[in-house]
Amino acid sequence: MVQEKIQKANQEALEKILNGQPVLIGIGTASEVVPGMTKKSIFHAGPPVTWKKMSGPLKGAVIGGLIYEGLAVNEAEAVALAESGEISFDPCHHHNAVGPMAGVMTASMPVWIIKNMTYGNEAYCTLNEGLGKVLRYGAYGEDVINRLKWMETVLAPVLKEALALSGPLDLKNMIAQVVMMGDEGHNRNKAGTSLLIRELAPHIIGTNFSNEAKIEVLKFIHSNDHFFLNLTMPACKATLEAAKDIPYCTIVYTMARNGTEFGIRVSGLGDRWFTAPAEIIDGLYFPGYSAADANPDIGDSTITETCGIGGFAMAAAPAIVQFVGGTPQDAINYSKLMYEITEAENNTYKIPVLNFKGTATGIDIQKVVETNILPIINTGIAHNKPGVGQVGAGLVRPPMKCFEDALEAFVLDLEEKGAI
Amino acid sequence: MEGSGSMGKINELFASEIKVINMGLVSFAKDLKEQKINVIHVDWKPPAGGNQKMASLLAKLKGK
Repeated sequence: MVQEKIQKANQEALEKILNGQPVLIGIGTASEVVPGMTKKSIFHAGPPVTWKKMSGPLKGAVIGGLIYEGLAVNEAEAVALAESGEISFDPCHHHNAVGPMAGVMTASMPVWIIKNMTYGNEAYCTLNEGLGKVLRYGAYGEDVINRLKWMETVLAPVLKEALALSGPLDLKNMIAQVVMMGDEGHNRNKAGTSLLIRELAPHIIGTNFSNEAKIEVLKFIHSNDHFFLNLTMPACKATLEAAKDIPYCTIVYTMARNGTEFGIRVSGLGDRWFTAPAEIIDGLYFPGYSAADANPDIGDSTITETCGIGGFAMAAAPAIVQFVGGTPQDAINYSKLMYEITEAENNTYKIPVLNFKGTATGIDIQKVVETNILPIINTGIAHNKPGVGQVGAGLVRPPMKCFEDALEAFVLDLEEKGAI
Repeated sequence: MEGSGSMGKINELFASEIKVINMGLVSFAKDLKEQKINVIHVDWKPPAGGNQKMASLLAKLKGK
């Protein structure tokens, strides 16, 4: 019976997801540690997309990335280079990496290195720049480039040495704690960032850098409530990557958006993307902005929901509704609803208000299509023009077409193999 | 008579306190609520929201 094979495969995937042990082991330079990264590579969020079809914030981040790498001196040069075909654009997801919002990663950028200790695979992510006018929201002004350079020359070296002193940090344990402390690991990372400072501060002090540099680093992390996001994301990526390529498996191991399209990948269907136009986010806007300014859904950060946190753990983070909209009861309802479309309750990420029930984990395309219930995602909203930045935050769902197309391909694949 | 026996049972039912589980159109449940009848509405939808193509793909995987 094919259903028995599917159930067995899905159980295997969940076992791999639940047994994953993502650990922060260090910081490296993208060109040295991220597979396939070259001086002329630009890795971005979401499924593959051409320069021509990129949305405003992704184009802005590409322009900024090229200026940061010294491949262009201004916007006009960067656009000409991007159009020339000389630059290799590819999803972060094709290189064991993830990136929030535009998700642009270039050769010189420092990256967190996360290792899944159970299965040995690694995942990478850039360091978080903060809110407002930042590269990941498509801003590329001088202040943005200067901040990226400071992150490369001061922040990353200090943190790298601090991590060498502290030893590896168990991110699974930290994420379990932050879910207990009112974060959900996608749009609320206040507890996670605080916990990270607590872990690293003594070791930052213990490095050989100047006091000025140490103070700058601590102040920078303190000023940015989302600093921990760039650790939850690769922790989830490292966890989920171990569950890909399981024959007969209908569990989703990637959900990601490039600002033009939303894409998913399913374990039993390998590297194939199933895409549809990205949705507009229903959310709260910063003063002076409205839905007319909003870019469609963008970023790899929905890897958190794919792994059972983010929107799926909103019940644990009632304060988040002040940022993304709705009421605490809505947050509880969203988290509860996600059990309808998932395979298991998480064995580590638990929600106090739901009597410490494990978060809904392991999205099954069969259940999504059958129940007509889509995963809930909470996310930031980028301005639709390059160079502006974040304009709000809210809730969004993937297009149903991604799941329907994946289901159709899954059935066709089994029919071709004579399995049904 | 058989008919009067059934009617008797129905009358007996309506003479007692009615508790209703409603499936399908939510308006039935609303009407009963307005008449202060205890009613629970089951949030039921056809598989795949009524999309026959998707329902048939799901059925193939379930061996139906």
